[in-house]
Amino acid sequence: MNSKSYLETKLPLLFGALFVIGLVAPFAMYPTFLMKILCYALFACAFNLLLGFAGLLSFGHAAFLGTAGYVCGLMVRDVGVTPEVGILAGTVAAGLLGWLFGSLAIRRTGIYFAMITLALAQMVFFLALQIKETGGEDGLQGVPRGHLFGIVDLSDNLAMYYLVFAIFCFGFFVIYRTIHSPFGQILKAIRENEPRAISLGYDVNKFKLIAFVISAALAGMAGATKTLVFQLASLSDVHWHASGEVVLMTLLGGLGTILGPIVGAATIVSLQTQLADSVGSWVTVIMGVIFVICVLSFRRGIIGELQALIKRSGVN
Amino acid sequence: MEIFGIPTALLGSQLLVGLINGSFYAILSLGLAIIFGLLNIINFCHGAQYMMGAFVAWIALTRFGINYWVALIAAPLIVGIVGVLIERLMLRRLYKLDHLYGLLLTFGLALIFEGIFRDQFGISGESYEVPEALTGGVNLGFMFLPIYRGWVIVASLIVCFGTWYMIERTKLGAYLRAGTENSQMVQALGINVPLLITFTYGYGVALAAFAGVLAAPIFQVNPLMGSNLIIVVFAVVVIGGMGSIMGSILTGLGLGLVEGMTKVFYPEASSVVVFVIMVIVLLVRPAGLFGKS
Amino acid sequence: MVSRKFTTTACAAALAALSFNAQAQISGGSVKIGVLTDLSGTYSDLAGSGAVLATRMAIDDFIANEKPGFKVEMVTADHQNKADIASNKAREWIERENVDTVTELVTTSTALAVMKVAKEKDRLVIMNGPAATPITNEQCNDVSIHYTYDTYALANGTAKAVTAQGGKSWFFLTADYAFGHALEKDSAAVVTANGGKVVGTVRHPFPGSDFSSFLLKAQASGAQVIGLANAGADTTNAIKQAAEFGITPKQSLAGLLMFITDVHALGLKPTQGMFLTTGYYWDRTDETRAWSKRFFEKQKKMPTMVQAGQYSSIYHYLKAVKATGTDDTTKVMAMMKKTPINDFFAKNGQIRDDGRMVHDMYLVQVKKPADSKYPWDYYTIKATIPAAEAFQPLAQSRCPLIKK
Repeated sequence: MNSKSYLETKLPLLFGALFVIGLVAPFAMYPTFLMKILCYALFACAFNLLLGFAGLLSFGHAAFLGTAGYVCGLMVRDVGVTPEVGILAGTVAAGLLGWLFGSLAIRRTGIYFAMITLALAQMVFFLALQIKETGGEDGLQGVPRGHLFGIVDLSDNLAMYYLVFAIFCFGFFVIYRTIHSPFGQILKAIRENEPRAISLGYDVNKFKLIAFVISAALAGMAGATKTLVFQLASLSDVHWHASGEVVLMTLLGGLGTILGPIVGAATIVSLQTQLADSVGSWVTVIMGVIFVICVLSFRRGIIGELQALIKRSGVN
Repeated sequence: MEIFGIPTALLGSQLLVGLINGSFYAILSLGLAIIFGLLNIINFCHGAQYMMGAFVAWIALTRFGINYWVALIAAPLIVGIVGVLIERLMLRRLYKLDHLYGLLLTFGLALIFEGIFRDQFGISGESYEVPEALTGGVNLGFMFLPIYRGWVIVASLIVCFGTWYMIERTKLGAYLRAGTENSQMVQALGINVPLLITFTYGYGVALAAFAGVLAAPIFQVNPLMGSNLIIVVFAVVVIGGMGSIMGSILTGLGLGLVEGMTKVFYPEASSVVVFVIMVIVLLVRPAGLFGKS
Repeated sequence: MVSRKFTTTACAAALAALSFNAQAQISGGSVKIGVLTDLSGTYSDLAGSGAVLATRMAIDDFIANEKPGFKVEMVTADHQNKADIASNKAREWIERENVDTVTELVTTSTALAVMKVAKEKDRLVIMNGPAATPITNEQCNDVSIHYTYDTYALANGTAKAVTAQGGKSWFFLTADYAFGHALEKDSAAVVTANGGKVVGTVRHPFPGSDFSSFLLKAQASGAQVIGLANAGADTTNAIKQAAEFGITPKQSLAGLLMFITDVHALGLKPTQGMFLTTGYYWDRTDETRAWSKRFFEKQKKMPTMVQAGQYSSIYHYLKAVKATGTDDTTKVMAMMKKTPINDFFAKNGQIRDDGRMVHDMYLVQVKKPADSKYPWDYYTIKATIPAAEAFQPLAQSRCPLIKK
């Protein structure tokens, strides 16, 4: 029995189309805006790996985004490394933090897990606020974009865009392979029926921890890249609002779908950009409304609903 | 006389102030604990409802001349009704799903409420006068205690222990507790469980609004007053044990005291000490200090 | 006989030709002013929509009075007090919309971030809202103007006056971030230099909401003056609570950064007797009253120094553009620094090489409720601090642009 949905069989085609769009987009739209979308899309995809596929709601993912951003910024600005080393440093830092947080949080499940991640993220926020190196309220400013591998000048928006695009594709590829590997299958099994997975002899905590670390590292990669794009890292990257935002992006786009987070991130970032020119408070209200609608009647998210629609229309 | 280099007068006054803050934590975490313990919903908009309680009191005073004492009853009623509507129209649909959806819904609602109030009232904050009868202070020797703050402690203790009594010792409370454990059985016995649940959520929300009215003369009434507080209150509830009524009251008060102590020795950490404790408690005693696993 | 229509058309053509000449030097055909401020958050009352209104008034008045040959446009955005949003928006404005100058920028972190972007892209930055002195010291650059006030001026005004008036022992209640630290440092230096003593300080988390424990520490110290090195809601909360705990009036409070909107929000009862330093008071002269009433008609609130400064700085900018005939950053900046400012906001104001606009500041005291005769009648002006005294002398500047 072919249990793959129509969308899934057409996936390679979709990926190809999106890739091409990604290549030509900066000529049609403002590159910085696109880069923002790509960074948040990667962040959301990483988050989705944890929530959509492993079933773990982390309410403190901003800690990874922000920590990597600060580490990368410090390395590039104060230590003087080239950008790719900075991004690597950020990713590793986030991964380590993920390992630390994960080890503490995995002991509990469900709501308690979410609350622990929230508390740990708050502590990261506090550290970011207090430590002199991170600049507190002012943030880490004046991060130079530098020269990639010492050669390519990234202060050119187009060059920077292609780097970000490449990083996004890499991260996405990692997630895709993780999901479609035996490891990914076990994660899904754990999400769907943990007691049974345990009874089958799997060390579920180890698998959850690995998923957590991968998710954290990739979120960090997104954060480090974002710092280079905007040339600054700030407290909003470690604030719990950012953690809430990524939940919204993933939910809106479609939990547990591979393309969902990208769509969700693109939608939310576009919305914020469009509405930022009008009064700021209404952005919050609209995000809240989207949240509520998604939870009440749109739980599958945009991609999820699309999949269901296609299935219903009987395409085989 | 000095303890650890701190004069006892200062220590005493800080602990008393900590107790006052603890009273707020206690009422708010009580409301959250009731809602979670009996409904299994994490009410993320608790902070927004606390804020709305304060605003209703302020609007009542400035637009309609309704005084504090009436507001103490009216605000919880009004916000409680809003809570009832939320439960009836939205939360009800989520009971069969993963608890996390309840959290996300209330999170979204919190954003909506805060955004609307921010748009209407800005962020500078509005001033609410301490009611006539409670102005002035009492010289306790080691500090000058504003009467109003003393009132806050008294009012919170009455409300908290009153609620605890109602839930643990009365028939109504028994129905509530039974209803969440086995709603079908309880319904078979003729009790209207959905109504009970609605009432419970409404009551929890009303508690938040009550805390808001109490807070209005102390903190500036502003749309962000809830969101700054709510994260801390969550930690309190988790430390106390998420379903435990007495646990949340005692932990709230206790944490207020701990925070007060931290402010004496290492003030910058006072905003994070709660989280450190939470992580420790969760590692050592996962169900919380008073929780039953 | 030449028809009227012909004459009109000829005149129009001539004018167009003349203005085309001027426009040819103005990039994009118009002068675009970006107002980047806090429209909805902690500082929206002291800057925010009022600053936007002030800019609008400046542009309209300029066009009506000076009849320039170029168009002037305004764009606005809410940076929500976040450095990343501000930096992103400024970048977008400059790269996509040809904005010539980014202005206002309340909240130091946003100002610093935008200053960097503007330097990279060679555009002007005119700041009114932000406070911290690093803007014209360590972080200075040659495309930025810090117009209305800074932490040094505030410290020098309030702390100096209060110490001179007999407040010799000080205790600081400081917001625990860069701005608070800077304000505390500048003020402490002034206190000690004037024969006073700092008996203690306590840092509170930012933003805070309950200051009772910190205030009790201040009370226990026995200091005569409690210096509030914070702003916005932190200040107003602290003031409220100090009154509650019987700390005032026995000990006095010095609001190191306060705006008339804070006094309005709190009311006169808890704030009466407080000293503060401001760059503008609406009720000071006939000129200020006239302008402020115009502002009040639209905004329904009296202007703060930030909003008045915004008007003055934009008007000064536009005059410089007209005088140079171009919107090129270097040329306009040179003209702005060369020309003194003489309007309702400042007399003989001057923009220095470090970007600092120096002008008279005013030490004011908040009135008792009984002495306030009409709405917004909040201040008594106790002293005028002349420009040369109010701001940090160039000789002490840590700005790399200043050669010693």
